Amino acid sequence: MSAPTLEVRNLRTHFFTRAGVVKAVDDVSFSVKAGQVMGLVGESGSGKTVTGFSIIGLVDPPGRITGGQILFKGRDLATLPEAEMRSLRGNRIAMIFQDPMMTLNPVLRIDTQMIETVQAHAKVSREEARQRSRDALGQVGIPSPDERLQSYPHQFSGGMRQRVAIAIALLHKPDVIVADEPTTALDVTIQGQILAEAQKLCTQFGTALVWITHDLSVVAGLADDIAVMYAGKVVESGPVAEVMDAPLHPYTLGLIGSVPSRNRRGEPLRQIPGMTPSLLNLPAGCAFRSRCPRAEPRCAEPPPMAEYRPGRHARCIHPHDEAVAA
Amino acid sequence: MTVFLLRRLLQAAAVVLVMSLLVFLGVFAIGDPIEILISPEADQFERERAIKALGLDLPLWQQYLVFLGNALQGDLGRSFVFNEPALKLILERMPATLELAIGATVLALLIGLPLGLYAGLKPNGALSKGIMATSILGFSLPTFWVGLMLIMVFAVQLGWLPSTGRGETVTLLGTRWSFLTLDGLAHMAMPTLNLALFKISLVIRLTRAGVRETMLMDYVKFARAKGLSPARVTFVHVFKNILIPVVTVVGLEFGGTIAFSVVTESVFAWPGMGKLIIDSINVLDRPVMVAYLMMIVLLFITINLVVDITYSLLDPRVRLEGKS
Repeated sequence: MSAPTLEVRNLRTHFFTRAGVVKAVDDVSFSVKAGQVMGLVGESGSGKTVTGFSIIGLVDPPGRITGGQILFKGRDLATLPEAEMRSLRGNRIAMIFQDPMMTLNPVLRIDTQMIETVQAHAKVSREEARQRSRDALGQVGIPSPDERLQSYPHQFSGGMRQRVAIAIALLHKPDVIVADEPTTALDVTIQGQILAEAQKLCTQFGTALVWITHDLSVVAGLADDIAVMYAGKVVESGPVAEVMDAPLHPYTLGLIGSVPSRNRRGEPLRQIPGMTPSLLNLPAGCAFRSRCPRAEPRCAEPPPMAEYRPGRHARCIHPHDEAVAA
Repeated sequence: MTVFLLRRLLQAAAVVLVMSLLVFLGVFAIGDPIEILISPEADQFERERAIKALGLDLPLWQQYLVFLGNALQGDLGRSFVFNEPALKLILERMPATLELAIGATVLALLIGLPLGLYAGLKPNGALSKGIMATSILGFSLPTFWVGLMLIMVFAVQLGWLPSTGRGETVTLLGTRWSFLTLDGLAHMAMPTLNLALFKISLVIRLTRAGVRETMLMDYVKFARAKGLSPARVTFVHVFKNILIPVVTVVGLEFGGTIAFSVVTESVFAWPGMGKLIIDSINVLDRPVMVAYLMMIVLLFITINLVVDITYSLLDPRVRLEGKS
């Protein structure tokens, strides 16, 4: 087995606000290999996005990485000086954002925004940078890239803008791409195209992809591995097919049950009762226990992350193990 | 673009026409200039002759039509007081006011933009808080008082700068300018600063607010995620976006300064248009008042047009179209 390109170990990113410490990311671990896709799943506020920003080193005050390691090819990004981090950012590690309508600067032409990215990391002429930008646009399926380079962002549709953002992320053929819900704001048809595109390009270039989403169905078709986050912690991780087929953690089971399915037509959707707890004052012990149907007094103790079957971890003291056994 | 300009030209003509009527009526309502212009000792016969000579015997609507007819031929009337064409009087004084207004606006941008940018990027620093506190002073201190204080300190106490007049001037393009000589610049320094103070504060606050708002946008974070240097993010990605509100406000402020720098010009005895209009109002010199106000209307129409065109250069989403 090859070593992972990116390995996040016990990452903690906390926000020191006036109201108290928000533990947005609190002990998150996962790893991605070259050419593989890691799906990071969770509800809003579960810490997925902050995890992404931690990897690329863009956590702004009052937030701060307070513990753990982010190992990129053996280097710890969490302690890397800003100048070195900047030379990796957009170069070896790129990010795609959620809302394509907001990620491109409205007053700058596409070519300006692409050429500056090329020239930030490669000593090449403007002409050469333009060539590379045009090729990148072609790669993500934008017709007549030469003309489109001259356009402004508002002349593109949402899907097209996301393609441009992906093209920008791909400019330096990065080793890692962090994609933060890149298809959430798009039509279903466009969503499918973008997903296929992303998958194709990652295998082609051997890029490790961290795909952040709240949509289990997206991850099911795209990812190799999955990590489910809840209240800043990874509660379950493992190969995607196994996790989807036989979730260990009650929260994962709840998430899967919340997805509408043709097999259960007419039945009411099984929603998870209650709401995500406030990250400001999390109860001790398992954060999910107030919503968990299987909660018991023992859950007031913080449950450890344990390996219940080979490659399958969960943070629960009474996982749905027997269901798998049956 | 051409359609846009044509349409704007038509709109401008309509605005000018309406304004001319309002201005004419307004000035007419202020008072009867005859009482001031004709000496009380003059007899009935002399009085009537003067009234006839000034065209004040006609009914108001006829006076207006006569004015309009002349205005269309570029004649805005003769000053009652100086017995010279009103337009010529105003244009003679315009360069003096113009150089103050331009100086003040340039100063406002040169000082306001960097300070605002700094305060926006480091909102919690001690220096930023100092800048913001000072800008409140710049906003709220009355212009005449600041002018007097400047004179007290720099002219009376320290004796560094002259307190009145334009100083030595150089003739360029047929008019006299102060900013081309050292002595002229020394004379300009205090009135310019006096006028600029409010504008500097305004630009600081606008810039800071713009920076703080823009820094939170996704496209700034995306620009950082591309690995760009902080300088590039700030001066290309952020700066171009914050210029839009700054251009609007500075444009209007510039017009306001040209039109209404009365206080500063009075305090520093600067022979500009502001002083001329105040003197004209005092003696009810109707043609000068009307001509002046019409000039100001034209000025604002021009500035608004320039601001609109600048918009379209700054923001590609703004298209100058014939449709409104």
